[in-house]
Amino acid sequence: MTTQDHTHASHGPEIDAHTGIATTGHEWDGIRELNTPLPRWWLGIFYATIVWSIGYWVVYPAWPLITGATKGVIGYASRIEIEKDMQDLKTLRASQAAGLGEASLEQIKADPNLFRIAMAQGKAAFGDNCVACHGVGGAGSKGFPNLNDDDWLWGGSLESIQQTLQHGVRATTDADTRVSMMPAFGKDGTLKRDEINAVANHVRELAGLPTEPKADLAKGRKLFADNCAACHGEAGKGNQELGAPNLTDAITLYGMDVASITETITNGRGGVMPAWGPRLDPTTIKSLTVYVHSLGGGQ
Amino acid sequence: MSVGETEDLPLFAASKKVYPQSVSGPFRRLKWALLVLCLAVYYLLPFLRWDRGPNLPNQAVLLDIANNRFYFFFIEIWPQEVYYFTGLLVMAAFILFLMNAVAGRIWCGYLCPQTVWTDLYLAVERFFEGDRRERMLRDSMAWSLDTLWRKAAKHITWVMIAWWTGGAWVLYFADAPTLVRELATFTAPMMAYVWIAILTFTTYALAGHMREQVCKFMCPWPRIQAALTDDEALNVTYRYDRGDPRVSVKHAARLRSEGKPAGDCIDCHQCVVVCPMGIDIRDGSQLDCIQCGLCIDACDNVMDKVGREPKLIAFDTEANVERRKAGLAPVYRPVRLRTLIYLGLIVLVGGAMLWQLATRATAGISVLHERAPLFVRLQDGSMRNAYTMRLLNKRPETRPFALSVSGPSGVTIEAVGVSATADLRPIVAVGPDSSREIRVLVTVPHDTPLEQSQTITFTASDLFAGEVVRTQDHFIAP
Repeated sequence: MTTQDHTHASHGPEIDAHTGIATTGHEWDGIRELNTPLPRWWLGIFYATIVWSIGYWVVYPAWPLITGATKGVIGYASRIEIEKDMQDLKTLRASQAAGLGEASLEQIKADPNLFRIAMAQGKAAFGDNCVACHGVGGAGSKGFPNLNDDDWLWGGSLESIQQTLQHGVRATTDADTRVSMMPAFGKDGTLKRDEINAVANHVRELAGLPTEPKADLAKGRKLFADNCAACHGEAGKGNQELGAPNLTDAITLYGMDVASITETITNGRGGVMPAWGPRLDPTTIKSLTVYVHSLGGGQ
Repeated sequence: MSVGETEDLPLFAASKKVYPQSVSGPFRRLKWALLVLCLAVYYLLPFLRWDRGPNLPNQAVLLDIANNRFYFFFIEIWPQEVYYFTGLLVMAAFILFLMNAVAGRIWCGYLCPQTVWTDLYLAVERFFEGDRRERMLRDSMAWSLDTLWRKAAKHITWVMIAWWTGGAWVLYFADAPTLVRELATFTAPMMAYVWIAILTFTTYALAGHMREQVCKFMCPWPRIQAALTDDEALNVTYRYDRGDPRVSVKHAARLRSEGKPAGDCIDCHQCVVVCPMGIDIRDGSQLDCIQCGLCIDACDNVMDKVGREPKLIAFDTEANVERRKAGLAPVYRPVRLRTLIYLGLIVLVGGAMLWQLATRATAGISVLHERAPLFVRLQDGSMRNAYTMRLLNKRPETRPFALSVSGPSGVTIEAVGVSATADLRPIVAVGPDSSREIRVLVTVPHDTPLEQSQTITFTASDLFAGEVVRTQDHFIAP
């Protein structure tokens, strides 16, 4: 900066010689900033937003206090809003589900609109109540049936599924529950070790699976006819009346290797499904029935 | 100098009110013509009808937000086809760049809504309060009854235009004649009134009061334009090679008789007083100039009166002024690398959009593989995968689609809840202009060898129109 430039210091703002515009007076390494102030309306809007924000303090909860915060004059709270939303949703769902209550399971299946609502409700209810055992999407796991396949222990028709859902399987709380028992042949002393091995190999033979070379299949066949055929049938095709699984198909609940079959025969099996009738309302049971039936295996 | 000394600087600079004077000439006439055209399109387009057949609206341009559909003459756009809008915006940007490369900010000067409405509002102001001198005089005097009624009439007219602007805006979002009837009987949806109020306010504020301030402080285009321009782009240019030194008519005559140089500019300030931006074009090309050309009209009128050549101010290039100064002939090069590139990009994007539009499918298919479980073994040992399938029908009638699948040998498909079949293919009916979601099950027999994952192709065939759509997904096995 030359001495000439300094003359302005006592007489108003410094004027940039090149542009004729006043500078802010700031200088960095000889570079000076032109003063280009905001237009008045811009500054006005800035102040207006400050005034506007004061309105928020009055209208909405704003100032934190020792125990809580100021409430605001319109009594707004996000909790009130969510509660209202939830209530609206309940009302909406109730109105949509009204049709489900009156319609039969077949009617729900046939009506695209009712079917859509039942599927949505069924999916949600399945996620809340069933996935803990049957897995996401009803994929199942050892001891817990896969609901997507076409193999059913107690029947895969709409009515059978509804019955199972309503009263459960071996549910101690429900008098009408589905009951049957796979006895513990080994633990009870009915069959001996080598006999169990023979039966296990015969079961594999029924399913078309390879058997152990030393296995006595003839003995196994006889023992099966004496002890197992009553429920599972002569050919091991099972009986849905008794919840006795088909032993010849490609689907197994507890495993079809010799060790697993041996364990099943020795200790017995008896999976339990709770009775959902007392816990869920009839409409939800209907929706769950339609949903499970639609997973792929419905009959 | 310390920072402390600057504290007495004002926080703001009050903008100087601009009183543009009326002017006549070819650019003014062009501006009037474009103003009428633009406003006519804006106000009347919603009422234009376009027959699309049953089940569909017959409004030529309709943004049907409630039903997720945009209609533009023969084009109907679904939400997932928003890339048409992207394409339009890309084209609009390149067209703006091309305009700029050829003739500067003609968008700003002639076509921008801010310019069009400001021009309209200025005409109203002039009608009630008179031209520049009269307005300046009135504003400098004390209020009188005459001033009061003129100002009141002006503001009422402004608000009415603003209200009509907002009213036309909402017509693009609903059936226009119906909405007009509803608005007239006060039975329109609340949202319509809210938007009319918002646009009434913005139009009144921006066109009536903010005017040139919008271009100076709010609009990003002047900054972008300054970075995109070059020496060959036509801009409203004061030919200082001809105009300077500026002298009065008499003085110029004397100087010329003495053989001394005298510019054509007589420093009459007509170019300044007609400028809607309140700038002096003789300061050179500048950010605040919207290049409306009104100063050209004003200057040409003066040049005509003083008997000098017109176009002292003209759409010209900075480079040409320099060339003339050096005694060279002016050169105009509208065809340059950049204009060719912009044109090429416009053709490319436009062509791609047209091609996309011409080959646009009126049906759609998409599948989502069920994730839990990924696969299911059935009693007979066959393997099954489940998918959520969505079928789109973009036609205004119900269409039956036959589903089939190809992939591993013996593969079959069934749709849950669908019993109708044609040649073992499930038939799914999809309602007019809608989509339908269904669960489909794909089964491969147990004797077909399977990889962990193999590609399968889903096909949906419209049994009536014959349109076929396909999509691929994977079939998963253990």
